[in-house]
Amino acid sequence: MVKHNKPGRWFKYASPALFFPLAGQLIPGFRAAAAVLAGLGLYIGFFVAPTDFQQGDAYRIIFVHVPAAWMSMVLYLAMAFWAGMGLVFNTRLSSMMASALAPTGAMFTFLALWTGALWGKPTWGAWWVWDARLTSELILLFLYLGFMGLQAAIDEPRRADRAGALLALVGVVNVPIIYFSVQWWNTLHQGSSINLQSAPSMALTMLLGMLLMALSFWAYSIAAVLLRVRCILLQREGDSDWRRVAVGAAR
Amino acid sequence: MLNAFACMARRDVTLALRRRADVLTTVFFFILVVTLFPLGVGPEATLLRSMAPGVLWVSALLASMLALGRLFAQDHADGTLEQMALSAEPLVLFVYAKVAAHWLLSGLPLVLLAPMLGLQFDLPASSLAVLFFSLLIGTPVLSLLGAIGAALTLGVRGGGVLVALLVLPLYIPVLIFGTGAVGAKASGVDGSAHLLLLGAMLAGAAALAPWATAAALRIALE
Repeated sequence: MVKHNKPGRWFKYASPALFFPLAGQLIPGFRAAAAVLAGLGLYIGFFVAPTDFQQGDAYRIIFVHVPAAWMSMVLYLAMAFWAGMGLVFNTRLSSMMASALAPTGAMFTFLALWTGALWGKPTWGAWWVWDARLTSELILLFLYLGFMGLQAAIDEPRRADRAGALLALVGVVNVPIIYFSVQWWNTLHQGSSINLQSAPSMALTMLLGMLLMALSFWAYSIAAVLLRVRCILLQREGDSDWRRVAVGAAR
Repeated sequence: MLNAFACMARRDVTLALRRRADVLTTVFFFILVVTLFPLGVGPEATLLRSMAPGVLWVSALLASMLALGRLFAQDHADGTLEQMALSAEPLVLFVYAKVAAHWLLSGLPLVLLAPMLGLQFDLPASSLAVLFFSLLIGTPVLSLLGAIGAALTLGVRGGGVLVALLVLPLYIPVLIFGTGAVGAKASGVDGSAHLLLLGAMLAGAAALAPWATAAALRIALE
């Protein structure tokens, strides 16, 4: 019996009735954390971190660019994970998580590309180059848009979930290609300055600013996705009893 | 099992040959798009020679994508697809057969025509040979990946435009290595590395894509 109880503690939140209030409780905390961490990170990034001796002040865009690029890949993996869970376990909430992750992921992908262009103009002298990492990141944006387009085109929610899940899983091939593109093709985009094996090749304050921004983006993503899942839940399960209870209690 | 495969492939080819216009439309679309480029950018030989692999590949990619609509739509409309899903033979087998037929009808003609169109772009004979082989290895990948998109958008409104959004991002690696092979040959390097990578994509797609397609068909038939 104990064996059966343990997973039950986690799986119980797969039920919309239990998940809806939990998400509602979590959102304000993550939202506040995102705001505070972003404030700290941006302050360190703009005022405390030293000016780079090669790139001047233009480098400061990395405080947004690098965390956004990380999030774009992490969110795709999360989306594919929940899509896969939805396909395998046939849980409604998993598929809704996947649908809720897509717009935030697409936003961060766009942000990474946009800030990259702003950084590329003063540093490389071009808004855009057809480099392996830029191109594969652009493909990632198309994959997000394809996922959202497919789900929007199918009226029946169940089929939309399952078709989108399959597409997300097919597209997951792209994520390692983006991540390793800098090493495999060795084109213009430079390699990472941070890895776990050696000391980072950047000032400590720069690293701190970047990590704070990354944490802030994580918190923002979680808050935004939970909020969107709640909206999708209300939309799809409009007639259920728990929904009447939950919304009634909120009023 | 092989019998069912051959039967289905022969059926699809026969059906398509009875409606020859459908097949020819794809071919003429390919020729027409390729012809538009010299008219659009001007007839300078050096420019055309450097553009040729990209133009031919992009046109082949679009032509192959246009033909995707026919892959499952008719069988879905008249219920044949459901019978295939219910039959004792695995659905994947039929997907393999249908993709093979699709390639024979909308991929192979492009491969055979491409060297001739390459002459219009003043490509040297060595580049033409590499172009031929890159398309020969690459177009089956397009059919295999495209089948996933065709199955996902089956019976969906606006499916024709949507399939482009789903399938074209997946085509990009094939395009890069396909044109890369011709470009490498033209710049004096051996193009075989690109061709080998294309071959790897073909092996991977042939092993995995039909399973994804079959899963997508089952979702569409539910």
